Amino acid sequence: MLMSYGKYIRIKKVPNYRAETLFIKKNGMDQEIEKRLWEYIEGHCSAAEKAIIMQQISDDPVWNKKYTDLMSFQELLQKEELEVPSLRFTKNVMEDIAQYHVAPATKNYINKNVIRGIAGFFLAMIIGLCIYFVGQIHWSGSSTDNLVPAYTLDVSKLNWSKVLNNTYVNIFVGINVILGLILVDKFMQGKKKASRVGRWSEGDSA
Amino acid sequence: MAITGKPDTDIIDKVLKGNQSAFAMLVEKYQNYVFTLVLRFTENREDAEEIAQDVFVKAYRSLADFRGDSKFSTWLFTIARTTCLSFLRKKRLDIQSLDNERTGLQVENRESGFNANLIEQKSKHAMLNRAITMLSPDDSQVLNLFYKGDQTLEEIGKIMRLDPNTVKVKLHRARQRLKDKMEKYFAHELREIHTD
Repeated sequence: MLMSYGKYIRIKKVPNYRAETLFIKKNGMDQEIEKRLWEYIEGHCSAAEKAIIMQQISDDPVWNKKYTDLMSFQELLQKEELEVPSLRFTKNVMEDIAQYHVAPATKNYINKNVIRGIAGFFLAMIIGLCIYFVGQIHWSGSSTDNLVPAYTLDVSKLNWSKVLNNTYVNIFVGINVILGLILVDKFMQGKKKASRVGRWSEGDSA
Repeated sequence: MAITGKPDTDIIDKVLKGNQSAFAMLVEKYQNYVFTLVLRFTENREDAEEIAQDVFVKAYRSLADFRGDSKFSTWLFTIARTTCLSFLRKKRLDIQSLDNERTGLQVENRESGFNANLIEQKSKHAMLNRAITMLSPDDSQVLNLFYKGDQTLEEIGKIMRLDPNTVKVKLHRARQRLKDKMEKYFAHELREIHTD
């Protein structure tokens, strides 16, 4: 059975639980020292903390040994060699990019007005719906017996026909049909262009 | 080894003005960094080279989108990371951290294969590289970006879409795991380093 006491884990009914507890405690302490030493090595600690750690390194042999170990490990990591791709790598990349041009920056071809329009549309929808729902709430209550006024909103009694009437639905469907037709037109034009280019390139190769 | 040389912004300006061959300078400068980063994900040199090439092509095509509000290397490493992740998604490889049981199994498999070559691994750097390949892609990436890619905790956070404090914790854990691996498999070599 495992029992947790703060940072330590004690194992019950195990004869040498004391040794286990000591091991876990020592391991936790080691990690804490390492964590603080890494912060010191990388300069992520405050000036006061830096002074304390410096003092610990010079006074405590455990800290000193850990510090020396971590410094040599750090040195090794910094000197780590990078992997090198094949000698043809740059040539291959340059051959690849020869087929392409730098694409125009996204901000140049995305019309901000379109995005603003879409955002405005959704915002207007949300605000409209909120106003409608708030309008449907029946506020009631008296200032004498209740500090918070009671209100009721019966969803089943909401008048959906005000929102989903023929005119609005027709406008919505109409806009969608127009957008759909524009999309189909763009798609067909793209196909037409591609077939023309195909015919020209076939003619060139012939 | 720090990233040095002609300022990236000058080279980028040249490329954007139509001098395509100037891009070769950026490729030369960053190919090892990108290749190392990608190799940590794929563990296969052929795949890594293909993906690294793809990273540079993507960077070239969207160079106009580089706004210069971060280092070019940070931007490039972000492209490298997303390209690697989509490659892994395609290959349905597991990219979760070592805490995940499945990744643990993968690493154990790698470890058993690597024991056979242990005698051949003499140099410190080969030893370190071998130990790094035993880490999860996330751990090795954090170490690479911090120690090799000259990226700060904030920049690594941008690349990995993480909070800098999370990066700090990840870096600490990655280092700890690397140290554990090295102590477990390269105890003898480590002793030699300490006596040097």
